[in-house]
Amino acid sequence: MNNFKTLMNGVVTENPTFVLLLGMCPTLGTTSSAINGFGMGIATLFVLVCSNVVISSIKNIIPDMVRIPAFVVVIASFVTLLQMVMQAYTPALYNSLGIFIPLIVVNCILLGRAEAFAAKNKVIPSFFDGLGMGLGFTMALTILGAIRELIGTGKIFSVSLFPEQYGMLLFVLAPGAFIALGYLIAVVNKIKGKA
Amino acid sequence: MEYIIIFISAIFVNNIVLSQFLGICPFLGVSKKVETAVGMSAAVAFVLTIATIVTFLIQKFVLDAFDLGYLQTVTFILVIAALVQMVEIIIKKVSPALYQALGVFLPLITTNCCIMGVTILVIQKDMDLLQGVVYAFSTALGFGLALILFAGLREQMEYSHIPKGMKGTPVALVTAGLLAMAFMGFSGIA
Repeated sequence: MNNFKTLMNGVVTENPTFVLLLGMCPTLGTTSSAINGFGMGIATLFVLVCSNVVISSIKNIIPDMVRIPAFVVVIASFVTLLQMVMQAYTPALYNSLGIFIPLIVVNCILLGRAEAFAAKNKVIPSFFDGLGMGLGFTMALTILGAIRELIGTGKIFSVSLFPEQYGMLLFVLAPGAFIALGYLIAVVNKIKGKA
Repeated sequence: MEYIIIFISAIFVNNIVLSQFLGICPFLGVSKKVETAVGMSAAVAFVLTIATIVTFLIQKFVLDAFDLGYLQTVTFILVIAALVQMVEIIIKKVSPALYQALGVFLPLITTNCCIMGVTILVIQKDMDLLQGVVYAFSTALGFGLALILFAGLREQMEYSHIPKGMKGTPVALVTAGLLAMAFMGFSGIA
């Protein structure tokens, strides 16, 4: 039950994108379509779960002085692993996410969760924390990607809902990312204010 | 001529923040006042140029030479973190005045993805050292331009009436969107 609470904390209460406002670069940079946003979310989820589990299991043997570099090395190793796997099995997604895959290393969500949760808790709660945060991030990216894709091209997950010429191309381009995320956070703030 | 094209395109056409989405965290985080924005931009320009030179040399003479390309991510992040620490220590000794101005921003730079992003891009785009340095420096100028413009806009926004739900980050993001739209006007000049 407690693990379920940790999980939901990441997805809803402390959603990394809408509430904590962490990891903005991939949020804006990779959500030009729903599938890209989803792929980026899953990639981050994988690294987050693995690094949380490893860090919480070795936390007692890392000296306090060098804990941040140690965390970074763990995270960077998993990112390298992910890079190789994606290059081999999902080359199309790998190419469209491009530079943002190695940049998962500097995503503040990962170091933030390692420092704030995994370094203080046991392995199993850390696993659920990573899973929850990752799912929350994936959800946010997929929603933002879907909105941008729908308004920009009239499609969601490449399924056409209305003809492409009625779409606002702006939303697929850079400015649309900022504007869509801005209004989305405003809506989330409004809902939270009422609840 | 080639260097002028790199220079113009990195500042205006492919602005690192507004069209490539790198370095959004400091862009949103330290843009409340023009003064801090200037300090952050200077710190980024300084570290980014040095980091590009160091990582370029490591890539060419260590990673490529010993066929260790897959260690790129791990190596670069550690090099950048160590470099930031070193720069901090050196500035503190050599120029206390500069340290006063940049000191608080330096630790934040390690997790600034535009440093890591640019160092990887220089390698991916197959630039030589001089091109890389010009690219890194002009990217940092572009970062500074966007950050300072945005800070100026946000200072003015303090005085306007904003609906409750839009206050803070949402309105900042929408403003950034409008700024990005203005920068789109530069596309095609280089």
